[in-house]
Amino acid sequence: MRNDGRKPRAAGPRGVPQPPDGPAMCFDLATLAYGDRVVWSELSMTVPQGEFLAVLGPNGSGKTSLLRALLGLTPLASGSLEVLGRPPRRGNPAIGYVPQHAGFDRDVPLRGRDLVALGIDGHRWGFGRLSRDDRARVESALEAVAAGAYANEPIGRLSGGEQQRLRIAQALVGEPRLLLCDEPLASLDLRYQQEITELIGGWSRDKGGTVVFVTHDVNPVLGYADRVVFVVNGRWAAGSTDEVLTTATMSNLYNAPVEVLRVRGRIVVVGEASGAGFDIDEPHHFPEPAGVHHR
Amino acid sequence: MSELVHLLGYSFVQNMLLAGVLVATVAGLVSRFVVARSMSFAVHALAEVGFTGSVGFLLLGLSPVLGLLSGSFLVALIIGALGLRVRERDAVVGLVMAFGLGVGVLFLSLYGRYATEAMALLFGAITAVSQGDIILMVVVAVVTIAGLAVMYRPLTFATVDPIVAEARGVPVRLLSILFLLLLAAAVAEAVQVVGVLLILTLLITPGATAERLTSHPGLATLASVSVALLATVGGILLALLTGAPVSFYVTAIAFVLYMGARLGAPALARLRSRGANSAA
Repeated sequence: MRNDGRKPRAAGPRGVPQPPDGPAMCFDLATLAYGDRVVWSELSMTVPQGEFLAVLGPNGSGKTSLLRALLGLTPLASGSLEVLGRPPRRGNPAIGYVPQHAGFDRDVPLRGRDLVALGIDGHRWGFGRLSRDDRARVESALEAVAAGAYANEPIGRLSGGEQQRLRIAQALVGEPRLLLCDEPLASLDLRYQQEITELIGGWSRDKGGTVVFVTHDVNPVLGYADRVVFVVNGRWAAGSTDEVLTTATMSNLYNAPVEVLRVRGRIVVVGEASGAGFDIDEPHHFPEPAGVHHR
Repeated sequence: MSELVHLLGYSFVQNMLLAGVLVATVAGLVSRFVVARSMSFAVHALAEVGFTGSVGFLLLGLSPVLGLLSGSFLVALIIGALGLRVRERDAVVGLVMAFGLGVGVLFLSLYGRYATEAMALLFGAITAVSQGDIILMVVVAVVTIAGLAVMYRPLTFATVDPIVAEARGVPVRLLSILFLLLLAAAVAEAVQVVGVLLILTLLITPGATAERLTSHPGLATLASVSVALLATVGGILLALLTGAPVSFYVTAIAFVLYMGARLGAPALARLRSRGANSAA
């Protein structure tokens, strides 16, 4: 599936002086496929360090695959990708990762602080005890997400929002420069969504770290995202929120009439392809756009 | 008591206790991961096909203990190759276990005679294990403990938090296979104390008991090893004194410890929160 002439050009670095190892990530005609199934094709996008990138699109459109490519877990079928000036590699210590909230088993013998400590040394062989310095880093990571009060509780007994705070501490304790978040807000209530987004956005702002934030709903990150990339049916569009989330761009992307509405500071994407409206918040209800080869 | 002191003077009793201590340490360590990874079904398959292996080796006139090890290693490799994902794993384990035990039945009938050594493995008979086999048990136990010590941290990460572990570059798949191999060794060891049919008493109960007592991972591991040690060493000593089977005492002690932890845990939690309040 070619995107020629359809995509808005990715905005270049905006004159911010870049650290010596180049942009946070640079996709060049990158195509990702599992066997014959092309997930997305010929993605070209450069994200300077310090930016907040929101990755949008319905379920199954390859948002998580984009993170896996950055993590060096899934190789590209063609094209190239550089992360902080180098090809992606497994276990890159410059990358922190926050997964979707999936509740821990109630009885898993692990306290909040143990989860955070795994972010420092979980990948190292051996029995391992944390050094004094590492224990201090765990403490300050817990403090940074205000999780000190429940750091000694069994993790399975904590609420979803508390678990996600600890996840963020776990990802940040290794002092990464790039934070990848895969639907970190899923199944959290509105208050926790705001808290978690502010923690991540605040880290980017204060530390100059780069964020890649996968979400099916753009609204929680509207105040934070410098750039969005929307992937659907193997195609993509990248640019600022205002460039990508427009009626023209989205209709092009879906190859079907789609209307983008702004209601009270929220963005709602409504499709009319099937006669019924659909909302970007409800990815399960996206109709198949007529005439577009699915995936 | 004087009878016990008298018994402890025999070198075969000392060897048996040494083997018991090592087996229990292995079982206690492994048990934590067996419980966390929900692998009790796999443990059963490893044990039952281990039985087939030991009968097979008896047929060939070889050591049944070596046969036990070979049988459970073979199963570990098959499960590792065919079914690492949880849904697949259950099916693969089930069919391998059934077929493996079927082969065991065939071996038994070919053996013709009443296979005492093999039958002993069903219910455990550490008292009948030869001196040579005890040495083999000690070697396997030491290798297993060393292997676990090397894998401990990344295995913990991959067990409690597989998605993030993979993202951080932990070789999750490789660790699954390595753990299966260690588990095979641990099962072959524990079978000699408690037998194929009672294997879960040493590979599930310690880990399950520990989870009831604490959520501190280090303390949980310590508790798990302690439960396995108490059950194994206590079981061997009581059996020597009374003449009843070792496996009965091991399962009984393990059961009592688990129930104690289960019933005592709420009281323990109350005590702890009271301590925290008065400290604050």
